[in-house]
Amino acid sequence: MDLNIPVKSPTGIRGLDVITAGGLPDGRITLVTGGPGSGKTVFSMQYLHAGVELGEPGVFVTFEDQPAFIGGNVRSFGWDVAAMVDADMLRFVDVSAPSGGEGRIVGGFDLSALAERIKTACDEIGAKRVALDSLGALFARLGLFDPLERLEMRTGLRELAARLRALDVTTIMTSERTSEASPDLDYQLEEYVADNVLMLRNNLDGERRRRTVEVLKFRGAEHHEGQFAFSILPGSGIAVLPLGEMALETPSTEDRTESGSVELDAMLGGGMFRESVALVSGATGTGKTLVSSHFVLGGAARGDKVLLLAYEESRDQLFRNARGWGMDFDGLVASGQLRVECAYPEGMSLQRHLARITSLVDEYQPDRIVIDSLSALERAGSVLGFREFSLALVALVKTRGVLTLMTSSSAELSGSVTVTEGHISTLTDLILLLRYVEVAGEMRRGVAVLKMRGSTHDKAIREFTIDGEGMRIGRIFQRVGGIVLGVPHQVNPSLDDRLTTLFDDPPTADL
Amino acid sequence: MRMHLTLYIAGADTSRSISAKRRLDHLLGRLDAEVYLDVVDVLESPDLAELARVFATPTLVRDLPSPARRVIGDLSDVEGVTAALGLDPYLLHPEGV
Repeated sequence: MDLNIPVKSPTGIRGLDVITAGGLPDGRITLVTGGPGSGKTVFSMQYLHAGVELGEPGVFVTFEDQPAFIGGNVRSFGWDVAAMVDADMLRFVDVSAPSGGEGRIVGGFDLSALAERIKTACDEIGAKRVALDSLGALFARLGLFDPLERLEMRTGLRELAARLRALDVTTIMTSERTSEASPDLDYQLEEYVADNVLMLRNNLDGERRRRTVEVLKFRGAEHHEGQFAFSILPGSGIAVLPLGEMALETPSTEDRTESGSVELDAMLGGGMFRESVALVSGATGTGKTLVSSHFVLGGAARGDKVLLLAYEESRDQLFRNARGWGMDFDGLVASGQLRVECAYPEGMSLQRHLARITSLVDEYQPDRIVIDSLSALERAGSVLGFREFSLALVALVKTRGVLTLMTSSSAELSGSVTVTEGHISTLTDLILLLRYVEVAGEMRRGVAVLKMRGSTHDKAIREFTIDGEGMRIGRIFQRVGGIVLGVPHQVNPSLDDRLTTLFDDPPTADL
Repeated sequence: MRMHLTLYIAGADTSRSISAKRRLDHLLGRLDAEVYLDVVDVLESPDLAELARVFATPTLVRDLPSPARRVIGDLSDVEGVTAALGLDPYLLHPEGV
């Protein structure tokens, strides 16, 4: 029985540490395999950069690109390679093609020079991490299409692996996966040198590229299974999105806060929970943006900083709408309590959208976020991509503890569930429905609290009106059924009866 | 015609290092050229191996005349060595001496 369960060392790459349940096994070798353009070199450099941030020096063994070239390539991620080298936190072992070309093989050889150079570099700076990127490039240069058929390569790599383990460094070794169907080289490398295998993929999903990372094997160590989406973002590099792993574990608070409407607070049994996620669903024109605007004002009134992310309307439109309801967005922006960011959904991939939101949240540190609307972002990706985006977005706001209100447009005027809601309803704490209700040949608006996690709430459907001061929530629709399902009908068709009893309940203020 | 060669080995007394040196001496004995030979033990001078981007041992590099050329291995493939390093024009005697 193997009781030698490896200790993990955090990589410093946030999402990766979540899916690997703590990082890479300490002192071991992890094979990072992936096709061309799957992000192996960025991954390698980020692994070392994250180590430097944690005070762990690293050695980059490059078989393909020259060190200066790598340094230039990763500058956009905010990693200053030259500074790390100057600070003795990073050393390169340059195994890129020599000038004049690679030599041909003219007899038996070993990889002692490589092992010795790596050892020397590690000793010089006290390295804790090593990245080799990528062995495949070396094999290709030598014209070895089946490199491990050569005894020297098998022996050499095995010796190299033994040397690395003896150095007490945690190593990643990248390998080019030329085809998903013929991973022979990977399997052999895995057999000879690696304890663990991570696979990077760059697949087409619909018309979009979708990058994922998967832990294929962690010898004797716990990890999360399946493919996890990641992005390569300017300014920060690889960001793994661990989806629901984080979202459902975060604690929620019992503290209540203002929704921005006294009447809505009453329906919610005393206001929204801080750190909760609310979804406001309704057809176009039912008042979603208005509810959002009240939410903005309610936050600002209590001193919250609010980030408004708009995907349907321009800044001018939003501010004009707000003015129409007597709300001064300009003043809030001027005082720093409101930040409005508009973006066109199709303008970038969902992963970029998420990255943008993440950096906005990190930069502005809002107490509240409005996303108007979430459903507009459906257009920026595939169904699967949108599902992952929604989960990651909820995970983001939950982990930062930001009170969030998202809107969702339903295609049909009277309601019914949309893709957005199907994906996100289980992750939200509060769902507010805005619906058109036809009463006596007249279109009216209704509002209902479909769900509120951890609280009693008003179960009735109330009339929702809009005037020069914004929204008003009024009395209960009596004798009208099917509103939530989107097929309102009169429970009792008697006109007299309806007219006399339509609003025969106490006003909300008395609740 | 001057020629500058560097032989990179790992340890002076391993069988690979010894046979590479012996084969090289034999080859150089047949060359009609002024040859300067450096032998670098990468275990003692890993920095020189780093400068030359040498990863395998033995590796023989022809630094001069330029452009530089190199071969990897214990030089048992004599024809491969002479062809890759462009030594044929300097050979006094045909193969088999």
